[in-house]
Amino acid sequence: MPELIVTKNIDVPGIDTLEVYRQYGGYEALAKALREYQPDEIVELVKQSGLRGRGGAGFPTGMKWSFLAKNDKPRYLCCNCDESEPGTFKDRMLMEKIPHRLIEGVLITCYACRVSTAFIYVRGELELAGRQVERAVQEAYAAGLIGKNIMGSDFSVDVIVHHGAGAYICGEESALMESLEGRRGYPRLKPPFPAVIGLYGGPTVINNCETLCTLPAILQNGGEWYASFGTEKSKGTRVFCLSGHVKKPGNYELPLGTPLRTLIYDEQYGGGILNDRQLKAIIPGGSSTFLLGADKVDTPLDFESIAAAGSMLGSGGVIVLNEDTCIVGAVLRSVEFYRDESCGKCTPCREGTYWMSEILERLEHGHGREKDIDLLLDICDNISGKSFCPLGDAATSLVTSGIRLFREEFEYHVEHGHCMVGAGRTHPEIESAAGASLHAGAR
Amino acid sequence: MISEQAKQRMRDLAARYPVARSAVMPALYVAQEEEGYITREGLQAVAEAVGITVDDVESVATFYTMYHQRPPGKKVIKVCTSISCYLRNCDALVEHLEERLGIKRGETSADGNYTLLTAECLASCGTAPVLQVNGEFVENVTLERADALIDRLDKELKAEVRMP
Repeated sequence: MPELIVTKNIDVPGIDTLEVYRQYGGYEALAKALREYQPDEIVELVKQSGLRGRGGAGFPTGMKWSFLAKNDKPRYLCCNCDESEPGTFKDRMLMEKIPHRLIEGVLITCYACRVSTAFIYVRGELELAGRQVERAVQEAYAAGLIGKNIMGSDFSVDVIVHHGAGAYICGEESALMESLEGRRGYPRLKPPFPAVIGLYGGPTVINNCETLCTLPAILQNGGEWYASFGTEKSKGTRVFCLSGHVKKPGNYELPLGTPLRTLIYDEQYGGGILNDRQLKAIIPGGSSTFLLGADKVDTPLDFESIAAAGSMLGSGGVIVLNEDTCIVGAVLRSVEFYRDESCGKCTPCREGTYWMSEILERLEHGHGREKDIDLLLDICDNISGKSFCPLGDAATSLVTSGIRLFREEFEYHVEHGHCMVGAGRTHPEIESAAGASLHAGAR
Repeated sequence: MISEQAKQRMRDLAARYPVARSAVMPALYVAQEEEGYITREGLQAVAEAVGITVDDVESVATFYTMYHQRPPGKKVIKVCTSISCYLRNCDALVEHLEERLGIKRGETSADGNYTLLTAECLASCGTAPVLQVNGEFVENVTLERADALIDRLDKELKAEVRMP
């Protein structure tokens, strides 16, 4: 087993309590930060570690911190725990099982960035995760780890847990700030970036849950140590969320650069394709990323290699599709998600996702026309890059890559009125066969 | 009715944030806890506690899907239908539950016991298909396990009627 960093000790009984977390060295990294480092030195340390954001964009964390505007306005930290990218389920696990690691990461970040008020924005649907984080924050307040003069230093910070209420868009950083300010979650136009004008107009740093959970280990062991894992440009480990048609779906922490094949087929991880079927395609970083064909299964899971293969590492949600998957149906399901979650602010996204789902629906159900396939690509072209936030772009990823890699399946739908593979919803007899695999697939 | 205690909780929330308006979402949760869904009175109480207009509060309450605009059933079942659950055949699960409960997705049963909803990715893709009952996860749901779950919920509901 490779070394675990973010998920280390995660299955220790009681590790979600302050007492057990401390028995396993919890909050020693915070103590070390306060004792041995000036804030700016921590920013340098994190730059040296090569840590990149684990939310989706993969922006270097230390660099993001160094962009904070230097003025006399109050600074804020928003921890983005609004996990809702389809195929992603790592932050929920971290919050439920080891919430103090997140809080320690939040506190280290506040110290490094000279922030005095932090918000942890937990997705509303994740009720247990929300309760766990809230309880851990209360424990930390009671123990003097949050509040005034933490551990006898002159560092003071306030941490507020904020619960979302059902809106994917609030995972987008500017919509998250709008939501925190008590408004509808509409994205803001950038620039200005949050590091300059963010929450309540102050310089604001926004980091993902997993990113912050990585910080205690970097403080304890050093930037060079962390940078010794992974590849030249993608340092460290990452929690890959494996789902779809594999035998053993779940969260697996692996060094960046581990081949997709290892994650999917190795007995320690995915254990191969469900029911020993053939691999058809992979969505490597949540449903907002481009589909990869089975020929890309040897691609290393790092930012650069996945980009070179034609997709993005995104949120780390690796979704596996077997040979029986109807690509038209899968793409439709994904587009329905973006249609429902578009906030409605920008016309290309609001209308485009609606019309794409209408067209895919008629293709799926055998009423499609030949020109629909190019019409879909035309709509994608009219959405991409034409909205405030990346949600519209994200909605097009599976459509364009699905058509590029599996155009013949879309054409088959037009010609024959149903799909060329097994799991089509238009075949009642196949529907019952798929129903049987529900039992086979579930553990 | 929004109790005085709930109104005080809303005011405390408004004081907790750097800007009172930020408390509008948690205050709406308090209102929903009190009445089961968001009523005019709930909007009014939040508006007073946070210091913005009722319309402004309503604009927030109607944006986020977890604020109920109508009274929900006693057991709210949300079935995830996003891509990873779709690949594990959540559609058969939804259809099965529709049949078993006698309601379509989005509906509440006439006796007010169940609301059946579909939900976007619930961050449980490794244990798909998945559903939530009143916010608590039920994972790796087979059709048999779904039936056993409804049997259990039926019993709970009956016990509630006997011992109110």
